[in-house]
Parts: sequence; structure tokens; C-alpha cells
Amino acid sequence: MAEGKTIVVKIKRQASPTEPARWEEFSVRWRPNMNVIACLIDIAENPVTRYGKPTTPVSYEANCLEEVCGACAVVINGRSRQACSALVDHLDQPIRIEPMSSFPIVRDLVVDRSKMFEDAKRLRCWVPIDGTYDIGPGPRIAPERQQVAYALSRCIFCGNCLEVCPKVNEHSDFVGAALINQVRLFNMHPTGAMHAHERLQAVRGIGGIQECDNAQNCVKACPKGIPLTESNNDVNRQALLDAIFGWMFR
Amino acid sequence: MNPTRVILIGGGLAGLMAAIRVAELGHAVDLFSVVPVRRSHSVCAQGGINAAKNLKGEGDSTWQHFDDTVYGGDFLQNQPLVKGMCEAAPGIIDLLDRMGVTFNRTPEGLLDFRRFGGTLYHRTAFAGATTGQQLLYALDEQVRRFEAEGKIRKLEGWMFVSAVLDDAGVCRGVTAVSLRSGEVRAFPADAIIVATGGIGSIFRQSTNSVACTGSAQSALFQQGVNYANAEMIQVHPTAIPGEDKCRLISESVRGEGGRVWVPKTPGDTRDPRAIPDAERFYFLEEWYPKYGNLVPRDVATRAIHKVVFEEGLGIDGKAMVYLDVTHLPREMLTRKLGGVLEIYEKFVGLDPRDHPMKVFPAQHYTMGGVWVDNENQATNVPGIYAAGECEYQYHGANRLGANSLLSCIYGGMLAGPAAVRYAQNLAKGSDTVSSDVYERERKRQEDIYEKLRGQEGSENPITIWKEMGETMTQHVTVIRYNKDLEAADAKLAELQERYKRINLADRARWGNQSLHFTRELGNMLVLARLITQCAALRNESRGAHYKPDFPERDDENWLRTTRAEYDNGSFKIHLDPVDTSLITPRKRSYKS
Repeated sequence: MAEGKTIVVKIKRQASPTEPARWEEFSVRWRPNMNVIACLIDIAENPVTRYGKPTTPVSYEANCLEEVCGACAVVINGRSRQACSALVDHLDQPIRIEPMSSFPIVRDLVVDRSKMFEDAKRLRCWVPIDGTYDIGPGPRIAPERQQVAYALSRCIFCGNCLEVCPKVNEHSDFVGAALINQVRLFNMHPTGAMHAHERLQAVRGIGGIQECDNAQNCVKACPKGIPLTESNNDVNRQALLDAIFGWMFR
Repeated sequence: MNPTRVILIGGGLAGLMAAIRVAELGHAVDLFSVVPVRRSHSVCAQGGINAAKNLKGEGDSTWQHFDDTVYGGDFLQNQPLVKGMCEAAPGIIDLLDRMGVTFNRTPEGLLDFRRFGGTLYHRTAFAGATTGQQLLYALDEQVRRFEAEGKIRKLEGWMFVSAVLDDAGVCRGVTAVSLRSGEVRAFPADAIIVATGGIGSIFRQSTNSVACTGSAQSALFQQGVNYANAEMIQVHPTAIPGEDKCRLISESVRGEGGRVWVPKTPGDTRDPRAIPDAERFYFLEEWYPKYGNLVPRDVATRAIHKVVFEEGLGIDGKAMVYLDVTHLPREMLTRKLGGVLEIYEKFVGLDPRDHPMKVFPAQHYTMGGVWVDNENQATNVPGIYAAGECEYQYHGANRLGANSLLSCIYGGMLAGPAAVRYAQNLAKGSDTVSSDVYERERKRQEDIYEKLRGQEGSENPITIWKEMGETMTQHVTVIRYNKDLEAADAKLAELQERYKRINLADRARWGNQSLHFTRELGNMLVLARLITQCAALRNESRGAHYKPDFPERDDENWLRTTRAEYDNGSFKIHLDPVDTSLITPRKRSYKS
């Protein structure tokens, strides 16, 4: 595509949770290496639809713009993904952008993903340390083990895995693959493992791991390539063993 | 012990560390952040965190770390706290390790360390090439634990607007606006800690995140908090140029053996892999044989400018150079640098393991920031503390790579307890302050919002922002001329006038991002002018601040902190002496 060309972007708009959704089309000037965020900035600079009707800038979430903060997850051409790494030249037009549907809408492309952080609280996703005073080094960890843990710890809480999961919807409290992966991560850590039972108990609770019906959409949607199905299987096994034999160790 | 309430502004590494410290001491914390804290800009830090653990048998020491840091900063830091930071660093790494940070390991199961710029030692602990992410997550998780215990209250999606100052000029809390509902509310506190990070948005095409606007620092500056060394802006030598942002390619890539080069023949259009070694110009290695590709950032950035703009050797005649890792083992690259190579792969579409990366310098960090004292992160306004990138204390005229994560955590560790001590010693806590004090400030801020929302005019905030960014990037980054700085300041003044005629296309209260951005933009313009004016004032070259008309460092006149005071729209700039009591300033050169 040459300079001077334009691209067409269709965006699902909603002024507030109580107002109806509508679609608006925009025409944006093409430049090399553009991503979807660049389109949204253009629209904010000139908030006029493709048909010349003045409108408002589109509300959206974004922060790092290099796919490490997790903020800008939206559904682009039917696929849930980060808007920053969605390069215009790789997308079919018109580019259809809509908010994720598994989370409560706030406005336009902004949704409320606080559920994930609340679940992290409930599942006790941390290494409980005695305090922040200088009391010497942490446990030794084999490099192979660190490599496994590191891959799990790169989860950016974007919510793409929840968006594509058939079990995450208004009728279910399922915590989703991201959080189950967190349980695996903290149960792997030598100190975290001392409190594995608490996490496993929580992950067997309401909306817990039993809700997963193994559709395996999550692992395909993860922008960080986290082995989510492997984590699911691992935590499932841990939870089962803990339920059957856990009492012997307490 | 009286229970006190401390407000934290900002949920990056510094803010989270300070919050943990306050909660540990048994006091209440309100933690404000414009984004969920796990999405803060600390997440972008890639290469690592420095600590002289000396685990590689090199004879490294915390004094050597201190010396490298001060030398790297061209002696502009007050030295005692920098020494304290370097001494605390090994303990900080241990703490992070205990929190579960997935640091890379040696075969013995110990922490691995790599080299970084401005040092000859392996001093940088790292978690792949997403160290900031891993550190931020560890602190986020600890904060979540305190949150679950009811000791920390998070106010995510609330943006700091102003400090609430009582009639005696003592800070008694803040006003903040809900980014969702648009409500402006006052929050009382006995002390506040500002940890709002960088200011990259002022330069627009920076390596920083969207939230790094410097708005809070600027608002506080306009309320009487001093701002120091504003002119000291770091431009990172290696980033992927981009329109929405410049994406950082970490210094750790060079730390692990990456080499910077350009073709020796101007305009050589061959595929880089087809250019034989003898026809490549490894200019950093040639010009700086001792440090090679690991010279400090200011030095590397100026070298790239020289090779591109003076010698005309940029790739395809463009402003770009190669950063090459294709000669390094693939397995090692993935294990140690995977996270950063992935960014290049995703945003450029080429695998850097096979194709040399094309990079160029981009604004990355501010060494300058909110003025704090020499002891405990206190600003000049009673009750206001600052930590992290938003303050000026640790990096002088140039920050060494992998020292930023360290200074964030160290600053947070000091600021938390210091704010508590201050609050404990207050004769009268915030509970004795009349509600009128809060309502007055709240109303003042709400009125500003309402006026902006209803304002008529023809200007667009994004256009003004872009013009500010272009002006700043062009004239107030790598190479500075007084004539250009004056023109830049005039341009910024013009933008401030046009700012008054902004018309928000959106008049809603709910989720109106333009409204909040425009409020920040007004503050950004003030800080942009301060940076520009301080740069104009400092007639020498030191660290990142380089003026071809004054090419040498001038200790006699300019071994000084520029400390700015806001005075009704203009700035009073004081020149304070620098505490160099521990290491006598010496000439800085990385040639041999």
C-alpha cells in the first residue's frame, strides 16, 4: 500500500454501561508500521467519522505499547489480542475493533478487569515473606526450574485467555487460565510451596479449576506463549492430590 | 504510636516499595494509580538491577558501584545517598529473591549477573530481559497481600490532581479525579509520597509508557515543590523508532555481546548479512576500546549521532544503526534476552537472531525531578515526599543502566518510614484540619475541570501534544544550542496560549479521556518549559547535557544543582552546591 492511502476502521462505541452500543466508521491516513493504537490517536486528533459526522474520541486503555503491561486488550477482527502489537498491515479491512465481552463494559473499548486482581487476592498469589528487612538470601533454585517459573511469571493479566474461554461468562465465576497458572507459579517457589494447600483449597472453591472443560482456547490466545493448558493440568493434579492426601501432611 | 495515614501517588516500583514499608510499620496506606498498579511503567524495564554482590570473582565492591555511578553521572549527584543506595543494593536483591523474583541462575543455583554500560564488572542481576516486569510483579503481589489484610487501600483509576495545603503551607492530603466517573474528591492524609515516574510523554516519541506524563510533578511544582536538574534528560542509544512510541532495545543486548555497527561505505544497500566484517564500522569499539559497546548511554547516543549526522553513515542514509546479535548462540539469546528480542520480532517482523536490528536513540529517562533533601526523600514542602524516577537524587547528569530499578526501590524504602516518622511527630494530625481546607481545594480543582469541559475554541489537545513533542525532541535532547532552546521556549509559550483555546470534542463526564489528558497536557507544557529553560541556562557539557558551544565540563561554575522554584508562571532557578564530600570530581572519559 502506498503513502496517501487510507484505512477504514470500524469501532464499537458505548458511552456508558447503561447506554446502547453502536458502530462508528473512521477513515485514517495510512503510514508505514502503524498499529491499532496509532489509529486511535489519529481519531482522537480528528474525531470525525468517515461520513463527516463529528463524534467523540474513542476511550481505550493503553500504557506500555510494547505488549508487556497488558492494558490494551481488545477484540480486533474477531480475535482477542493486544492493540499495540496489532499492526495495521497485517489486518484485513475494514478493521473491526470492539471491547472484550467477558468483562463489564465501562466505555467504548474500556472494560473492567478488576475481577482478575480480586481472584489473585482470593487465590493468595504471592510468596509470603516475613518482612522486607535484610535477612539474607533467598532459596537456591536450579536454573532449569527458574526457566519454567520464568515462563509462567510473564503473565500480563491482559485477560485474553478469559475472553476466549467458553466457561467465562455471566453465568459462571470461573477464575480462568491466567489465575490457575498463577497458582502453579507460586506453588513452585520453595517458600510459596509451604502454603500450597491454601491456594489449592481456594482453587477448588467456587469458580475453581473444576469449571475448566478443556476447550484449550486459552493457550492459543496468550500473547506471551505461556503453557496455560500444562499449568491447568498441573494444578488439577495438585488439587486432586491435596484433596485426597492433603490431610496427612497437616 | 498514633495511627497515621500516608497517601502514595503512583504504583510503580518506588510507590509499591514505599507502600509496603508504611504498611509494615502498621500505618494505613491509600495507594493511588492511574492504571492498575501491575500495569505501571516499571514493567517495561528490561535489562536488570545493579548490586555489587561480587559473585563472579572480579573483586567488585559497593564502593566500586558507588564510584561507577557517580563517575557515570558526571559528578552531579549529592554523594552520601548514592553511597547508601549502592551499599543497600545486595540486600535489596536478596529481598527481591525472597519475594520470588525469577532471577536467572547459575548452575550452582545462585543468582546470575551480567555486564551493563558504564562498568567493567558483572553487576547486573536479571530475570530474562523483563526484569522490571518481574520486580514490579513481586512488589505488586506483596501489596496485594497487605490489601487482602486490609492494610493498604488501592485507588486504581484515580488520578492525582493537587496537594491539599493548609494555611501554614503544610500538606494535608490530595485531591484526585476518578478517570471513570469524573468525580473530583479530596483525600486527607498526614503525609504523601509522590512516586509518579518519568516524563516521556513530554517528548511524545519516547520509550516511556502512556502514563508517564510528569503531570503530578508539574502540578506539585506549581504548588511550591522545588524541581531540580530538569535539564538532565537521558536519551537511550538503542530503540526501535516508532510513531506511537519508540520501543526500547535493552542495553543488556550489548551486555551479552551485541555489537553496534554501520556499513563503512555511505549508502551501502546490501543486506547487512552480506557485508563482510572488514567493511563494517564498529564505531563504539573503535572509539572506546576499553568499554566498547558498553560505554554509558550519553556517550553511546552522541556517538550514534556523530556517525549518522556528521559522517553520513546511517543505514540506507537514514537515521539508524545496526545492533547485531546474529553472531551469538541462539539458545543463550532466548534464555537471557528472549523478552526483548520478542519485542523486535513482533513490532518489526524480523527475528533479530537472524537479522541485525535497526535502532536509533530515543528519550528514555529523566535524571532531574522533584527536589528532595539529602537524607530521607523529603521535598521542601512539609508532608510531601518523593521517590523513584520522579525525583532527582541518584543519577546526576547521566544514569547508568540497571541503576533505575535500584534507585526506585531504595528511594521507596527510605520514603515510606520517613513519611511515617514525620507524621508521628506532627503536633496536629490531618484529623484536626478543618474540612473547609479540603473543600476549598476540591472546589478549585472541580471548577478547572468544569471550565475545560465547557470551553469553546478551535484547538485540539493531541495536535498541541504532538507539536510539543516534536519541539522537545528536536531541540532539547542530545545536542543543544542556546539559540534553538530559546526558539523552543518561545514555541512552548505559543502552545500554552493555544492551550487556552482547546475545544474538547467530548463534553461527557463519564470516562472522558480527552478531558483528563488535556489537564495533564497543561502540566506537561509547564514542565517542558522548565526543562528547556534550565537547559538554556547550563552553559557547559556534562553527562547527557551537551552543548557544542560549551563542549567541556565546567566545575567551577556548573558543579551545581539547578533547583527551580515556581513563581507565578515564571521560574526562579537557584544554583546549589553539590555534595562531593566522598569522591573528588575527576575528568570523565571512557576512551581508555
